[in-house]
Amino acid sequence: MHEHDDHDHDHDHPHPPAQKDHDAGPMGAYEVLEEALRSLLIEKGILTAEAISAAVDLMDSRTPALGAKVVARAWTDAAFKKHLIKDTRAALLDCGIDIGTIAEFATVENTPDVHNVIVCTLCSCYPKMLLGTPPAWYKSLAYRSRTVVDPRDVLNEFGVELPPRVEVRVHDSTADLRYLVLPMRPKATRGWSEQQLAAIVTRDCMIGTALPKVAPKARGTRAA
Amino acid sequence: MVSNVGRLPRQGAGKAPRFAAGDWVQVAARPVLGHCRTPWYVRGKAGRIIAVHGRFRDPERLAYHRPGLPAQVLYKVRFRQREVWPTYRGFDGDHIEVDIYEHWLEPAS
Repeated sequence: MHEHDDHDHDHDHPHPPAQKDHDAGPMGAYEVLEEALRSLLIEKGILTAEAISAAVDLMDSRTPALGAKVVARAWTDAAFKKHLIKDTRAALLDCGIDIGTIAEFATVENTPDVHNVIVCTLCSCYPKMLLGTPPAWYKSLAYRSRTVVDPRDVLNEFGVELPPRVEVRVHDSTADLRYLVLPMRPKATRGWSEQQLAAIVTRDCMIGTALPKVAPKARGTRAA
Repeated sequence: MVSNVGRLPRQGAGKAPRFAAGDWVQVAARPVLGHCRTPWYVRGKAGRIIAVHGRFRDPERLAYHRPGLPAQVLYKVRFRQREVWPTYRGFDGDHIEVDIYEHWLEPAS
């Protein structure tokens, strides 16, 4: 509630809602197009509303936690890591993750000499079937345009400071491949379980805009 | 790794790859009207093929409801950032990699 002490406040004026309803404004051209197309496809029996909901549910089931499990396994299982880098699709299937048939996947590994970062300058191509929907900034004009021309500044803004002689390798995924960054395992995680490791692999670590961090209190802990 | 018929709907049959990993190539500098996956900033630039991804249907035709055949070989091409952006401010060893379809590539002179 607000208070005004400089005038009588009888509450006969309208208040704007605290948060605007997301569908309050007029529909945009693409929203109209989507709705028209969707209702036509349903009317003609080509799709059902249930099938559309199921596809949305499938997409929502993909989250960075899934990617983090894959990274943690690659950190603890050398044969799996080799497989993941050689044939990402098959290695993910071995983990029970079906990445579908829309695009091919590849894994790029960070090393002491190379730091990888992913961008799509065309639109927002992203390994959705592993990490879920991309963050809004990934689709922004600023990220898409600046990452290719000034990747070190962009990484600094994300808090990633790299030694000057570590190669920054940008991957512009504008075609039929989607990329997953395999970050370097922090040294302070010796003896950790896969579950402990997965907890420090954030979404941004797998885009290349962050490095896995070990919280000071977790340093030196060992798996039970 | 380049099979004639791929495992994805967008993969398909086509010619043998013209380039191999290690080859130096130059990206065509032609303008395009409509849908295209070759970023403008690498057009006319020279880079090195580091992987042959396989054959994928041509997105420039797929975008207009054509079958996109014959499929184009898709390559991963690595460019030096200094080649792409002459005023690049980062480390001399920085690179950018872009996946480019064969009809955009010529042997580097």
